[in-house]
Amino acid sequence: MAGRSIFDKIWEIHTVYEKEDGETLLYVDRHLTHEVTSPMAFEGLREKNRRVRRPDLTFAVTDHNVPTTDRLKPIRDELSAKQIAALERNTRDFGITLFDLYSPYQGIVHVIGPELGLTIPGITLVCGDSHTSTHGALGALAFGIGTSEGEHVLATQTLWLKKPRKMLITLDGKLSEGVTAKDVILWIIRNIGTGGGIGYIVEYDGEAIRRMNVEERMTLCNMAIEGGARTAIISPDEQVFNYVKGRPYAPADDEWGEALEYWKKIVSDPDAEYHKIIRFSVNKLEPQVTWGTNPAMTLGVSEEIPDPKDFDDPDERHAIERALDYMGLRPGTKITDIGVDVVFIGSCTNGRLTDLLDAARVALGRKVMHNVRAFVVPGSQLTKRTAERLGLHRIFIDAGFEWRNPGCSMCIAMNEDRLKPGERSASTSNRNFENRQGPGGRTHLVSPLMAAAAAVYGRFVDVRELDLPSREEVLEHAGGY
Amino acid sequence: MLEAIRVIEGKAAPLKLDNVDTDQIIPAEFLKILSKKGLGRYCFYRWRYNEDGSLKRDFILNDPRYSDASILIAGRNFGIGSSRENAVWALQDLGIRCVIAPSFGDIFYVNSIKNMLLCIKLPEEEVKMLQELAERETLVLKIDLEKNTIEFKDNIIRFEMNNVVRERFLQGLDEIELTLKNHIERIKKYEENMPGFMIPKPRRFVPY
Repeated sequence: MAGRSIFDKIWEIHTVYEKEDGETLLYVDRHLTHEVTSPMAFEGLREKNRRVRRPDLTFAVTDHNVPTTDRLKPIRDELSAKQIAALERNTRDFGITLFDLYSPYQGIVHVIGPELGLTIPGITLVCGDSHTSTHGALGALAFGIGTSEGEHVLATQTLWLKKPRKMLITLDGKLSEGVTAKDVILWIIRNIGTGGGIGYIVEYDGEAIRRMNVEERMTLCNMAIEGGARTAIISPDEQVFNYVKGRPYAPADDEWGEALEYWKKIVSDPDAEYHKIIRFSVNKLEPQVTWGTNPAMTLGVSEEIPDPKDFDDPDERHAIERALDYMGLRPGTKITDIGVDVVFIGSCTNGRLTDLLDAARVALGRKVMHNVRAFVVPGSQLTKRTAERLGLHRIFIDAGFEWRNPGCSMCIAMNEDRLKPGERSASTSNRNFENRQGPGGRTHLVSPLMAAAAAVYGRFVDVRELDLPSREEVLEHAGGY
Repeated sequence: MLEAIRVIEGKAAPLKLDNVDTDQIIPAEFLKILSKKGLGRYCFYRWRYNEDGSLKRDFILNDPRYSDASILIAGRNFGIGSSRENAVWALQDLGIRCVIAPSFGDIFYVNSIKNMLLCIKLPEEEVKMLQELAERETLVLKIDLEKNTIEFKDNIIRFEMNNVVRERFLQGLDEIELTLKNHIERIKKYEENMPGFMIPKPRRFVPY
C-alpha cells in the first residue's frame, strides 16, 4: 500500500460518511468564528429554531472591526459597534465562549487559535475566513469556509467537502540573512500564480521548513490561499509539540501523552503520494516586494517594475497596465526608488512575536522618517503583553512607531486604520488588492524587516545591506521591564 | 430552503478581467451590513461608481446594453481571495444568476453553490468566444442543467458539472436538514469515540 500524507490521515480519521461520488461528511473539531462572517449564520439557526451542536468546540473572537486605539472609549463606527454587539448576543444566546474586546485572550482569530492551544496537530478546524490555512502550520487540517458552511457546522459539527488534490512543495536550502518566511511565500505565489493552487491542498516540507520556527511556518501557510490553494499543512515535529505544550487550552496531564502519541502517527509517510510535486531551493532568494494589485505581482528587491510592452499575451499586458495605473508606477522604476507614506506591521500573516522581533531588529536605535506614518499592531493581547514584558514596545515607541491594540486593522481596513486615496504603504499583511487598505490606497506587501526598514528610510531598501542586530541581541538590549 | 433551478435563460455580460477578487465584488466596508438583501448596490462598488456617486463610464456593467444581464462571462480565477459570502449575495442581488469562467476561487465556488448561484467552468477559448459575442451583439444564453448545455442562437456548448452540484440545483434541498436527518446517528457515534484530548478544556491562565 502506498504511503499516506498527513492530509490523507486526518481526512480519513475525521470521515463520518462518504458518498459514492466522493463527497465526504467531515467531523469538525474546532470552529473558530468572528464578528463579520458569522451574523447571518446565527440568524439562519434562529429562523429554523436550531441549536449549536457543540458550543464546547466553538470559539468566537472580535477582531476584524475593532479599533486598535484606546479600548476604553466607545466604538465610533456605528455599524462596527452593531456587528460586535451581534456577536456578543449570538455567543450568549448559543452558549459559545467569546474573547471580547476586553478579554486578555482577544486577538486576530488566526493568531489566538495556536496561541491559546485551541489549534493542535491532527484536528480539523474551520473558520469563516480565508486565512484559516494558517493553522496548518501546526499540522491541523484547517479550512476557510463561507457563512452557509459555517451555519452547517454550527448545526451539525460537520462539513461536506470534496477531497482536494494534493500538492507537495519542498523547500531545500537555507535562507540568507534578511530573508524570511514572508519572502518565501510571496516568491512561491509569484511562481505558481494566484490560481496555481486552486483545487489543491498544499503540503510544505523540506530542510528550509524544518529550520523555521512555528510562527514562521504560520506565515507560510497563511498565504497559501493567495496562491489559490484550498489550504496548507505541515507535518508537526518536536518544535510544534514544544510550542503547543502548556498553552491554556492544550491537552495536559494524562491527555498530553495520548495526544503526543496520536500526533506522531499522523505525520506524512516518506512514500506518500501527491498529484503534483514542486521543489524549490531558497538559497538565493532575496527579499520580495509586491508591485501590483495581486500577490503574484511580486519582484525581488533588486528588480525593476515590468514594462507591459515586454509581454506578448494581450491579457497579461492589459493586467500589468491596469495594475501600474492603479499603483501609480512607471515601468523600469527600481523597487528601491519607491517611496512610502505609511508602514503597517501586523495582521494574521505577520503579527506574531517573531514578526515584532524582526521589526525591532530594524527599529532598534533608528528613527521613523519624518514624513512616514508607521504603526505596529500586535496580533493579539497575549502577543502584545509578551512583547511589552520583553521591552519591545519601547524600541518601537522610541523609534517613532505607534504601538496599538490587537485586531485586523489595516489589513482589511474595516476600522479607522486605512490609507487615504493615493497613499502608498509598505505592509506586512497578505493582500494588495485594489482599495484593500482604503479607497485608492496603494499596497506593497513585504516582510516585517522590509516594512520597518521602509519606515526608517521612507522608501524600500534591501535589508541585507543594513547592519542588523540578531533577535537575541534585540531581546538582550530590550532587557524586559 | 432554496428553490430548485433547472434552466437559466438570460442576457450575458462580458467581464474581461482575470483574477477578479471578492474584495472587488464587494468591498470590506459593506460587510458590516447585517443582511443578505440589498447588497446589489455595493456590488463592484469601486469599479461602478466615482467618488461623487456618479457612474463610471468605462465599467462594462454600467453599459446600458448590459443593465438587465443575468449571466456574467468572466476571466480566470474569478472570486479568488476573501471567503466573504457577501460577494455571492451581492451578485445575486444585482440580478446575476450564473457566472461562466475558466476557473473560480475554491471558496467562492462553494459559497455560490450553497446559494444557488450557478458557476460554470468552460475552457478558456470558449469563454473568450462568448465574451466576444456578447460584446458584439446581444447574447442570450439558455443554460440547461438537466442536459448540461448552453444554447445560444443555433449553437450548443456542453459543460461539465459535478453530479453533487447538479443535483443540488435540480432539487433545491436544505442541506442542514438533510445532514441532520440522514447522518445524525453517525455523527453521534463519531462523537462517542472521540478521544478526550481532542476536546479543549481551559486549564490555566497564561502568566504575564
